[in-house]
This record gives sequence, C-alpha cells and structure tokens, in this order.
Amino acid sequence: MTVAKKIVCRCEDVTEEEIIDAIKQGYTDIESLKRYTGTVTGPCQGKTCLSHVIAILARELGKGKDEVGVTRQRPPVKPILLGVLAGEAIE
Amino acid sequence: MRQLNENADVVIIGGGVVGLGLAYRLSEKGMKNVVVLERGYIGSGASGRNPGGIRQQLSLGENIILARESVKIYARLSGELNFNIMFRQGGYLILAFTEREVEQFKKNVKLQNSLEVRSRTIRPKEAKEIVPMLATDKLLGATYCSTDGILYPYAVLWGYAQAAERMGAKILTFTDAKGIKVEGGEVKAVVTDKGEIKTPVVINAAGAHAAEVASMVGVELPNKPYRHEIAVIEPLKPFLDPMVLSLHHTLYVGQMMRGEVLAGVGNLDEPPSHELRASADFLPKLARAIIEVMPQFRHLAVMRQWVGIRDMTPDGKPILGEVEGVRGLIQANGFGGLGMMLSASAVKLLAELILTGKTPKMLEPFSLARFREEKLDKEMYIAGVH
Ligand SMILES: Cc1cc2nc3c(=O)[nH]c(=O)nc-3n(C[C@H](O)[C@H](O)[C@H](O)COP(=O)(O)OP(=O)(O)OC[C@H]3O[C@@H](n4cnc5c(N)ncnc54)[C@H](O)[C@@H]3O)c2cc1C
Repeated sequence: MTVAKKIVCRCEDVTEEEIIDAIKQGYTDIESLKRYTGTVTGPCQGKTCLSHVIAILARELGKGKDEVGVTRQRPPVKPILLGVLAGEAIE
Repeated sequence: MRQLNENADVVIIGGGVVGLGLAYRLSEKGMKNVVVLERGYIGSGASGRNPGGIRQQLSLGENIILARESVKIYARLSGELNFNIMFRQGGYLILAFTEREVEQFKKNVKLQNSLEVRSRTIRPKEAKEIVPMLATDKLLGATYCSTDGILYPYAVLWGYAQAAERMGAKILTFTDAKGIKVEGGEVKAVVTDKGEIKTPVVINAAGAHAAEVASMVGVELPNKPYRHEIAVIEPLKPFLDPMVLSLHHTLYVGQMMRGEVLAGVGNLDEPPSHELRASADFLPKLARAIIEVMPQFRHLAVMRQWVGIRDMTPDGKPILGEVEGVRGLIQANGFGGLGMMLSASAVKLLAELILTGKTPKMLEPFSLARFREEKLDKEMYIAGVH
C-alpha cells in the first residue's frame, strides 16, 4: 500500500508536502514558490493548481490569499502553433 | 522575516547570477559577513529570464577565456553546490548565412582554438547530421563546439544562494538599496528601504540597474538597458541536442533538460528601455525566423513569452573591478547577453580581488577605464545586437 499523497500539480507531479517543504526553506513569495516547486509552469499553466498553491502558501504563512498574491500570467495563456503565428494556413 | 544586519564585511547589491555567485565564492573563501540585497525575488532580473545558453564560441579572447573557465566550473557545480543545475553539454551550433559570416567565423574559430576551445567550422551537411531538422537550402556553413551547452538558470541561482546561506551569508530579498554612503573617498554604508548597513565594500551587481546604482556615488557607467524577448515552446522528448544560434536571424533555440524548448529573437532597432511587457510583433517574428531555420517547428506550440532586460556595455564585455575615486566600490555588471556563460569564472576572480586587493590578470581587460580609449574591440556573438 502506498501512502496517499496529495498531488497539487498534475502536470509536474508536485505534492502538497513538497510545497510546504519549499515554503519552510524560505521560498515564501508566490513567484519563487511556483518556480522552485515547478507548479504553475507546466502545460496547464496553472489553471488547475494555482489556486491550491496560493491557498497552501496563505495557510502556512498565516496570511490572506490576497496578500500572498496572484502570479503574473505570461501570455499567451492558450498554446498557439508557430505555424499559425507565422501566418501560415495549417490544417 | 530576516533581520537587517547592522554591519557587514561586504554588501552585494543584486540577487542575480552575479551577486549570488559572488556571495557563494566569498563565503566559500571564509568571509563571514556577506550580505546580498535583492529588491525583488531571487532571479527577478535577467538571471531568471534567460535560457541558460553556455557557449565558449565568442569573438573576443578575454570573453572566450572567461567562458572556457566557466564551462569547467559548471561541469562540476551540481556536485559542489549539492544542487542539480541541469547542465547538459549538447554543444552549440552557430549558423552562417552570409559569406561575411563564413569568413568571420573562420577567424573566430582560429582564435578559439588558440585558447584551447575545441570549436570547428563545419559544412551544412554535417550541421544537418547534428540537427536533422535544419533547413540547409540557404545555409552556407556553421561552427560547432561540443562542450558548450545549456543549463537551468534558476537552479544555479538557488544552488548558489542555498550554499552561501549554509556558510553564513545573508540574502535579503524584497530589500531595495536606496543609497551608498561615502566619506573621504571610501564606502561606509548602504542605505536600504529597511535600514542602513555599515560596510567597507559594496558590489554593484544590479544588472540592468547598475548604472543607477553607480550614479548613487557619482560614478558614470556606459551601460544601457535593452529589452530582449523570449518564448517557451511545449515540452517534448529530447530532440534538439545543441543550442542553435543564427546571428543573421538574431535567433537562438535550445532544449532544456526538462524538455521545454526556449527560443528568442532580437530587435536591432529597439531603444534602451525597462519595459517588461511583451511586444505584439515578437511572436510572429520568432515564428517566421524559427520556421525558416527549422521548418518542422511550425507544428509546435508556444506556451508563454516574456521579456528580460540586458545590461549592455558598448563593447559587449562586462565591467569588473574597483573604480577610481571610490574605495570599496566594486563593479560586477555589464554582462549584457552573456552573463550566465561568463559569470561563473568572473565571480571567482572577483572574490580573489576582494580578498587580496590585487586584480587577477584575467580581470584586467574588464576595467571601467577601458572606455577612455578611442577604439574598442567589440564582442560580435550576442544575438540581437549590432
Ligand atoms: C532574454 C534573455 C536571454 C539571455 N540569454 C542568455 C544566454 O543564453 N546565456 C547567457 O549567458 N546569458 C544570457 N542572457 C544574459 C544573462 O541573463 C545576464 O547577463 C545575467 O543574468 C546578468 O546577471 P546579473 O546578476 O548581472 O543581473 P540580474 O539577474 O538582472 O540581477 C540583478 C538584480 O539586481 C536587483 N537590483 C537592481 N537594483 C537594485 C537595488 N537598487 N537594490 C536591490 N536590488 C537591486 C534586480 O532586482 C535584479 O534581480 C540573456 C538575457 C536575457 C534578458
């Protein structure tokens, strides 16, 4: 039997434990935390995990979710084919 | 929240690869009161916005030597720091699309070889063997060096920072250096938004803000901030061994150990600026350039894009060492588009300078005083720079 782990980020397979560990190591701002743990930067770009990461950070620091902040979304939010960007017709 | 020190032996302004690398090297050499001031988070400057290309194929001898020594350092740094910096030596392929480039590259390779860098000129056919997806119809030749590579910049920053902290250095993030106190021509203290720290030595490792920091004590630097944009393409299984650079397209493309592909193009006409918002024409321009060089990229998707600011000097060389007039103020900036590849060795040499008071020979070509000369040799291998 494996111990049940709480996976926070499915793209990069990051657990709640790993996030708490990173916060304890001092990665206590959302920009550093997401990069250090690898959350938010995978193919989903944080759509499924970002709110959980913010909630964990707020809880661990005893702060409000607004205070620990929302990370900057770097455009484009939806992946776009290079061929399309170059103006080619792609089927 | 960490407390601000009242006294330090050295205060480093800037928590990028230069400032953190230097903090690590000074701590390693036994210096105890090392303080780093970073106004944002670690890596919020250029060091957290670049693809980590590490290349010894440069055009100036002094830069080549710093890069060569940096490669040796990076090759063992993961073990040394006990932190995996994901350095992958897949080589660097530099493409020539004009006769002028072919001729120039031959000379550069000769110089690199004379400095023990094993680069070589190759024909389009061999380039295609190294990167099968390369379009060779317009390609005239290339140069290749197998020991060049790519690393994960954040890992270098975190590795340096954690190792320095283990040895007693203090890294104060979200702390802004507002001023430097000088008395009788000597550095006395740094004023921050959280208080003052007394120190005899200040390092200006503020990257694109280096000129502002120097101006706090009336020192004028020729550095200018230039935007440079970059995008990350969806992660794939390893398919691109070397980093690919085309100065003609101002393009570079490289695949990180994590699978993501990073690619950027430069804009030669852009004026100096600190603007971090992406420009609308960047992605189409990148797409056209990358498809011309490697057509199959048309089927891959861009995930996100961002901007970094390069701290450019007029000759593409960093400014390293003490300046006349202010004792205790040391420059460690102006790394432009080469800071990851040049800094690993540069910070080691700077640590030596700080601890012994003597300028190591390898640092001599990097003094601020060189800008008094009429003619400067210029580094040509920076994508997106004239
Ligand atoms: C898009 C892009 C691609 C690049 N590609 C490569 C590459 O492939 N290979 C390579 O070798 N190099 C590359 N470079 C260049 C490289 O990123 C830089 O040369 C290097 O990161 C510079 O490091 P630094 O420590 O000098 O500056 P930075 O990383 O910018 O660090 C300076 C830090 O100082 C802080 N700061 C500034 N002023 C103050 C103040 N008053 N108080 C407190 N803190 C302050 C800033 O917040 C910043 O974090 C690239 C750069 C960009 C932008």
